[in-house]
Amino acid sequence: MIANFGFGVLVVSFLVTLYSVFAAIYGDRTKNAAMVESARRAMLLTWPLLTLTAGILIYLLVNNHYEVQFVYEVTSRSMPTYLKITAWWGGQSGSLLFWSWLMSAFASLVTLRKWDRDREFLPWVIVVACVTMAFFIGMNVFFENPFMQLYQTFDGIKPATFQPADAVLFTPADGQGLNPLLRHPGMIIHPPMLYLGFVSFVIPYAFAMAALITGRTDDRWIRLTRRWTLWAWLFLSFGLVLGGRWAYDVLGWGGYWGWDPVEIAAFMPWLTGTAFLHSVMIQEKRGMLKHWNMILVILTYALVIFGTFLTRSGVLSSVHSFAQSAIGPLFFAFIGFTLITSAALIIYRWDSLKSETRMTSLLSREALFLLNNLLFMSILVVCFWGVIYPLVSELFTGQKVTVGPPFYERATSPLWASLLFLMGVAPLSAWGHSTVKTLGRAMWKPIVGAIVITALIFATYTQKVGALIGFFIIALVLLVTVYEYWRGANARQRSQGENIFTAFWNLTGRNRRRYGGYIIHISMMFMAIGIIGIEMFQSETQGTLAQGQSLNIAGYEVRYNEIASWDNMPAGVRYTRSSIDVYRDGEFLGELNPRIDYYFDSQQTMTIPGNRSTLKDDLYILLVDWEPVSSSGATFKIYVNPLVNWLWLGSLLFLVGIVIAAWPEKEAERVAAKARVRAATKQPSAAD
Amino acid sequence: MIKNLKATSTSTKLPVAILIALAFTLTLTLIASAQGPTPTDDEVNRIAKQLYCPVCESTPLDVCPTEACRQWRDLIRTQLAEGKSEEEIKQYFVEQYGARALADPPNRLASYLVPAIAILFGVLLLARGFQMWMKPSITETNASDPRGEAKSVDPYVAKLEEELKKQK
Repeated sequence: MIANFGFGVLVVSFLVTLYSVFAAIYGDRTKNAAMVESARRAMLLTWPLLTLTAGILIYLLVNNHYEVQFVYEVTSRSMPTYLKITAWWGGQSGSLLFWSWLMSAFASLVTLRKWDRDREFLPWVIVVACVTMAFFIGMNVFFENPFMQLYQTFDGIKPATFQPADAVLFTPADGQGLNPLLRHPGMIIHPPMLYLGFVSFVIPYAFAMAALITGRTDDRWIRLTRRWTLWAWLFLSFGLVLGGRWAYDVLGWGGYWGWDPVEIAAFMPWLTGTAFLHSVMIQEKRGMLKHWNMILVILTYALVIFGTFLTRSGVLSSVHSFAQSAIGPLFFAFIGFTLITSAALIIYRWDSLKSETRMTSLLSREALFLLNNLLFMSILVVCFWGVIYPLVSELFTGQKVTVGPPFYERATSPLWASLLFLMGVAPLSAWGHSTVKTLGRAMWKPIVGAIVITALIFATYTQKVGALIGFFIIALVLLVTVYEYWRGANARQRSQGENIFTAFWNLTGRNRRRYGGYIIHISMMFMAIGIIGIEMFQSETQGTLAQGQSLNIAGYEVRYNEIASWDNMPAGVRYTRSSIDVYRDGEFLGELNPRIDYYFDSQQTMTIPGNRSTLKDDLYILLVDWEPVSSSGATFKIYVNPLVNWLWLGSLLFLVGIVIAAWPEKEAERVAAKARVRAATKQPSAAD
Repeated sequence: MIKNLKATSTSTKLPVAILIALAFTLTLTLIASAQGPTPTDDEVNRIAKQLYCPVCESTPLDVCPTEACRQWRDLIRTQLAEGKSEEEIKQYFVEQYGARALADPPNRLASYLVPAIAILFGVLLLARGFQMWMKPSITETNASDPRGEAKSVDPYVAKLEEELKKQK
């Protein structure tokens, strides 16, 4: 009964979304403001409706309604309540509903606040947002109903939306439980963050389409959506970072990024989104690249849908294949539809999207930003090809192949290195015009500094050429960024009489976008240090140890003490926990406890590493196997991951940088910033 | 009599059994010595890292925790003990489970060619774009530049602009 009510509300949500689409189109075509307002209110109604639907599903999840197929598949009696709630996005149909719910929240936010300023765009923003929403809600209504119930029929137990004739409701005693990998705190937050990133990228796309349809192809749509794009980028970045941390903590391969197709699916919109964030500045400052910005925002949207399609459709088998179903063709058709419609609109408005100014120097900031875009797109091409190559190979040769990390690492390493190098050069070039001479004058000091640092690293840490090139670029970017910060703060100190800390604080506060961006650059360098560390200097060994025996690796001595196994029946888990003493140069550093958790409900295991983290390295120990009878021997896999914590430190700083860049400015600051931009554009200089 | 026969039979069987056991042990020892020392986990993992689990796709064989993968790692150990080379072991897995067992696609050229061409196309497109954007235009002048940045590089147009400004 409750499940049927939930399904009913879902159907009403779908109908309301469709109504909103048609009312918005009709209202715009007939210039009927009341109709457009009706469409807006209908769209606002979808959020409470979907919240009610989600509330009903959560009620069923929390109260063990195993007659509902979704509840049976993702929960069990032994799961704590918070996990039963988060199981909402732990399975196919629930996660699609979660997508729609977030989308409706974002669409409501857009049209709730100061919507009357954007009256011209409004109908078409509603259309795009509601078409997207209708697609996802439609998936739930017609193919992936989370309220489907189990019925006992003559042919066995079958799930159905409506009770079949001669069938009775079947309620299993317990559910199958959530995949243990999804019970990790990182995995509880990771999908919502990725989804938030995905759905918030729909907003810039909706405004871009509205701009194309209405013919208002000036900067307005960009100014309206700049902050949305930054927040979308924040969520997506945070989602990716959490995914990496989750992989490091529970997947037991000693790494953070396995180039799994589903990881790449979430990474691709990030690449185009990042390119868009840079290229949009060229349009704002110089009135150029209007076509390109449209293409980027369309690509980002298409990749968001493509990413969801890869995750949800199970078209590519991966570690994420827990969520497979047969909704792929519809996703594909939707991606095709949006791409064709968007391309047609760009062609239709081609002339009005022409650049207002011309490029004046190959070393200008805009030229370097274009190079940055080319590099991001090149990485995207490699990733996209890597994801679809197994399908292409199977289609044309019948041979299924695997595209693993070696392909991506070989193909993207030079591109990443070039991209990082550009981060060091671009901040010193000027909008409009830069020459080799002006750039050389600005860069020679950081270059000398970077050479000195690299020489020190050569003398004390490594002689590997690849790593030294990497460290040189990192040092260069860090010095350039710190130099830029220092220059600004110094100027403030002189002009305002502030001390250095106040000057730094005010400098960042007055131009959050620019200095937030610099913090992001610094954080990227920290992350690069971590990536170089783990990719180039990782050591690993594996061995079976009897009690009291040791393994040596990278200066560490790892001594096996004992192993214990016990059941926690209320939680439905069997823990097998080993005890390891860690020494370095004879000094006792501490005890680590790598373990394996076996979940009775899902009959799956989870490997939890024992980890000793410092900024220098991580000692990461996995329990691979053990002798259950005598408990005398156990096999351990041990990794030493140098510098890897710089990756996590960089990730945190990265988020801080985005928050600073995306933080709303006060009205007075906005006016002052506009005045600065006007002044700067009259006289191009590196200072902007 | 029968008892004696049985006793005789038992007394002759025992040395035969011992001989068989000795022969078996000797054979095993010879096989073992022919195979060399048992390969270490690290030697096995070095090869397993380059292979992908044929069952759980997208999971390298060295870290896959399933029982099937454990057996495949044992198979690598056995083959290493038999003196097979890394390439021979990888080839064995390809023959058994297809090319998807390899971490890298076998036809490397095809896998790298398409992105390389696409990137080259992007480079050419950008170069063409730069060429177009940098080209001086008579129609485009500073006056028509709403952002006030693009300065015409044509000296004649620049001179004309100056003259016009003076007249105003």
